[in-house]
Amino acid sequence: MPDTKRPPLIIRGVTKRFTVGDDEIEALSRIDVTIDAGQFVCLIGASGCGKSTLLRIVAGFDEPTSGDVFSQGKQITGPGSDRGMVFQDYALFPWMTVRDNIVFGPRQRKPPKAEIDDIASEYLKMVGLERFADRYPSQLSGGMKQRVAIARVLANNASTLLMDEPFGALDALTREQLQHELFQIWSRTGVTVIFVTHSVEEAVLLADRVLVMSAGPGRIANDIRIELPRPRDVSSPEFNAVRRDVARRLTSHLAPRALETESQPT
Amino acid sequence: MNEHVTALPEATQSAPEAPAVRRRSEWIEKLKSIALGAGFPILLVLLWHFAVAATGTRLIPSPRQVAVMMYDFSFGGIYDDAFSATILTHIWKSMTRVYGGFFLAAAIGIPLGLMIGRLKILRQLLDPTINVLRPIPVTAWLPLSMIFFGLGPNAAIFLVFLGAFYPILLNTTFGVRSVDPRLFEAAAMLGCSGSAMFRQIVFPAALPSIFNGLRIAHGFAWILIVVGEMTGVPTGLGSVIMDGRTLSRTDLVVTGMIVIGAMGFMTDRIIVSISNRVLSWSPQHHA
Ligand SMILES: Nc1ncnc2c1ncn2[C@@H]1O[C@H](COP(=O)(O)OP(=O)(O)OP(=O)(O)O)[C@@H](O)[C@H]1O
Ligand SMILES: [Mg+2]
Repeated sequence: MPDTKRPPLIIRGVTKRFTVGDDEIEALSRIDVTIDAGQFVCLIGASGCGKSTLLRIVAGFDEPTSGDVFSQGKQITGPGSDRGMVFQDYALFPWMTVRDNIVFGPRQRKPPKAEIDDIASEYLKMVGLERFADRYPSQLSGGMKQRVAIARVLANNASTLLMDEPFGALDALTREQLQHELFQIWSRTGVTVIFVTHSVEEAVLLADRVLVMSAGPGRIANDIRIELPRPRDVSSPEFNAVRRDVARRLTSHLAPRALETESQPT
Repeated sequence: MNEHVTALPEATQSAPEAPAVRRRSEWIEKLKSIALGAGFPILLVLLWHFAVAATGTRLIPSPRQVAVMMYDFSFGGIYDDAFSATILTHIWKSMTRVYGGFFLAAAIGIPLGLMIGRLKILRQLLDPTINVLRPIPVTAWLPLSMIFFGLGPNAAIFLVFLGAFYPILLNTTFGVRSVDPRLFEAAAMLGCSGSAMFRQIVFPAALPSIFNGLRIAHGFAWILIVVGEMTGVPTGLGSVIMDGRTLSRTDLVVTGMIVIGAMGFMTDRIIVSISNRVLSWSPQHHA
């Protein structure tokens, strides 16, 4: 639920060039987006168009070649606890139990033990992993690992969740369940979410706003508001109409031909 | 944000768990492995016995002679010479040198390896030197170490240290270098930096590799004890072997060899069980 009273996340004039040997790759050319606090934004686009690059810049892992990012009203200079990344391959700390992974962030501030315990139980409960609190990540399924990764950034009070194809490695059923859980968490906590996906259906199901990126060099080609009421029903005709519309805009950037063949009767 | 998060309905309540599968054959498998592992040395001893008997050599002791020597070395009462019932003294002296050198190597090698792994400038500064020093055989250091430390245990400890240092250093550095960089990113975004990063991320992430290095180094330490105790110390398993050589008592030499092997084996099992316990989180690490 977008909230205009809190400061938005501002991406202003961000470009990124990579030097590979003697070549320069322009990965991003001038990205300008303002994302309201609490908004759920999906980023979609062809492989290699710069989605991960943009997300990593917002996370503060990489520096933009030019341009600025503002989070919480402040210009970002590096990774910070206001922005939490959820990686596709989880990146959990394998030597820590589920509980210790979740409270890793809060623990850095050295609060009293009781506070740590409260945070641990609150977020274990939120992602339904109370019974697995003392397990190591290697003893969890992919879906459980991703729940831990989400809880880990939320427990650290992140106001923005950056998710790079978070459910890409999961099977369809687990994926659906996690989409549902993420939606619930988002509606309760009011976090801002930037969510990279390759699935149009996933984007339309979750997003307030879908940013379609196109490649060569990466830029935002379409900015689509999804006005469907929530919770959304993937089988409804309205949902399908929106999905087709987004898919058409996506494919028009992928391969112009695809549009023509699609409209021809078969 | 996250002012108050209450429990979510249905789906999020609890993740399902797979039922545990009991392994019945585990016990039989373990017995079989012990039987096979012990069976082969028994076969070797038999071969040794028949080979000595068949050739009638007097240069190599028979297993029986070695067993008698081992008994005398342990409990005395047979030859009653300078070596009778002295086994514990020699083991103890050797262990102080093995572990003196080994722990010194770990105490310097692990922190240095962690820093070399993380700090490029240190890598540039030290890598070439290390790679030149490393191929020099420890035995080549023998004359110099006797000049540095004189005759006595310190020279032995130094040699063991040299042999144990490089595997620990290199494995630690390798461990740090092969950590998924996302773990550092994840830690940084959660507010971890500086020395906390070393303690909480770099060290534990490199731990499987560090234990590999410790295990290799520990093996080297026992190997090098014989060389170390050639530096003219009066006691220790290495010096027993050297004495056996000068006195042409091969039964004593073989006895010393067996004791070193057994000590190395047992202490290695201890390291393995410690590492299995410390690394229980790591699915790849069960030796
Ligand atoms: N570290 C890097 N060095 C050089 N080039 C890079 C680097 N990271 C990304 N690139 C280039 O930048 C472009 C964008 O990459 P990016 O990973 O952001 O794409 P993406 O949209 O996330 O793709 P995918 O959907 O496959 O994950 C690509 O052309 C890629 O080759
Ligand atoms: Mg990507």
